[in-house]
Amino acid sequence: MIWILDLLLLLFLVVCAIEVMRTRDLLSAVIIFSSYSLVMAIVWQQLNAPDIAITEAAVGAGITTMLFVAAISKTSRWEE
Amino acid sequence: MTEDIIVKTSARLMTPFIQMFGLYVIFHGHLTPGGGFQGGAIIGASMILLAVVYGLEEGEKRLGHDASTVLESSTLFYALIGLIGIAAGYSFLANRVAGIPVGTPGALFSGGAIFAINIVVGLKVASTGKTLFYALSREERP
Amino acid sequence: MRRKMIGLTLLLLVGYVLAGLVMEMPPVGSPDAPAYTRTIPRYLSRSVEDTGAMNIVASIILDYRAYDTLGEATVLFTAALAILAVTGGDEE
Repeated sequence: MIWILDLLLLLFLVVCAIEVMRTRDLLSAVIIFSSYSLVMAIVWQQLNAPDIAITEAAVGAGITTMLFVAAISKTSRWEE
Repeated sequence: MTEDIIVKTSARLMTPFIQMFGLYVIFHGHLTPGGGFQGGAIIGASMILLAVVYGLEEGEKRLGHDASTVLESSTLFYALIGLIGIAAGYSFLANRVAGIPVGTPGALFSGGAIFAINIVVGLKVASTGKTLFYALSREERP
Repeated sequence: MRRKMIGLTLLLLVGYVLAGLVMEMPPVGSPDAPAYTRTIPRYLSRSVEDTGAMNIVASIILDYRAYDTLGEATVLFTAALAILAVTGGDEE
């Protein structure tokens, strides 16, 4: 029955990826991308790759998000 | 820099545990999933959390610019550990064959060069995460 | 025209040799590939004895492939250096 969880996580990933592409607000895109990374960490764990899961959670959801926010705070929040 | 008491208190309470977990991941890199890169990223994220909540100056007090300059150079120590292998007459970054004691598998002090390289890489990645964030978010000076 | 013909002949010859070499490689994901029949079992069975580390991933990235990890650390160092160079570093 674990495949239902996997299917939901993968659907969430696809929706997140499409929304990151569609949204015009860069700050929202960064937050959606952060949640994408968090769910991706769970997917890595489901694929029996705990090393990559830790990396994805720490780098993808933590450091990269803050670097993006710092970069946006220096430039414009809205996509041209 | 925020004035929100909830954010400040929770960040203050969470940071020691996050950093402790990061140190655990680094020091048990050869026994459990994780390693220098993962643990260093966790510690770097905790430093970024402190800097976001308490402001850049407070974070600068915890880990100053000079300290991160030294930590950034830990790639050099990595190469020095690799030179042990050459000094012993084997290839660059040789581990057991170069005579580095590897200990009993499963003990905390085992793995030989892997243990040392994990610590070096952890310090390096933590300092890099913090340095990148500070360099990107520093106020522009006239 | 003559030079073109020589060039084309050389190109076809080298291309034929290279394509033949690629044809000789085992197909992608084939269980008979040397990577699956020799490399992976070797690492799985000998890594604890070779390095003393229980975590096989750590023993691969920090012992067998430690040189690649050194390059990765260098990449991080270069990234920090480039960002500091672009944003001005510390002017005080």
